[in-house]
Amino acid sequence: MNKTRPKHLDLIKIQLPLPGTVSILHRASGALLFLALPLFLAAFDQSLRSIETYTSLTEYLAHPVAKLFVLGMAWALLHHFCAGLRYLALDLHLLHGLAGARASGKWVLAVSLLLTIVVGVKLW
Amino acid sequence: MVNRIVTGAHYGLRDWLIQRVTAVLMALYLLVIAGFLLWQRSFGYDTWIDLFSSNVMRAFSLLFLLSVFYHAWVGVRDIVMDYVKPAGIRLLIHVLVILALLLYTIWSVQILWGL
Repeated sequence: MNKTRPKHLDLIKIQLPLPGTVSILHRASGALLFLALPLFLAAFDQSLRSIETYTSLTEYLAHPVAKLFVLGMAWALLHHFCAGLRYLALDLHLLHGLAGARASGKWVLAVSLLLTIVVGVKLW
Repeated sequence: MVNRIVTGAHYGLRDWLIQRVTAVLMALYLLVIAGFLLWQRSFGYDTWIDLFSSNVMRAFSLLFLLSVFYHAWVGVRDIVMDYVKPAGIRLLIHVLVILALLLYTIWSVQILWGL
């Protein structure tokens, strides 16, 4: 039997389906958020401790590199949030079939990117 | 007999369920905080510290952070189980992650109440 279908794991040639992309980004954003946890807690600590630490925190966050970092984390949180809601909806059988999975995956990517842009506009 | 290893999954529904329960809790908390921030006309240290001055908000915040840590544990454990095969290294990473999350828990209580 002669199989003509392509069978390879060439990372350049193979491509994840859209729900797969949403899934791996959910995983990657979750890992990023976990790694950033000590920074979030330190910032939360500084923001509440006193007016002086609050002010110095806002000065730190005004730096362009810090803003880029915050923007990246905002995307990670927003994507993880939206993709998570999608999984909850899938668990509750609110999205049906392949079409539902694809459409909702597109929405997750689009909404999280759009909200990240809103955060970016607010930051600058 | 199924070959079960100590650093494997717990082969049950509990983590699957806790991942979703904590997710709903975190989503509600973040929506409340986001709503509060969007509601403010001017924002500063006073508004921020005011928000966390009540014991109800502190308890809700601690519940949120505990949800984050438990949710993170389940997620990180799944990632480590997928990509780290040697049992020794896997165990080491698991222990480090658990220790870190326990320290974050103590830190969270200190932030919210110990000031």
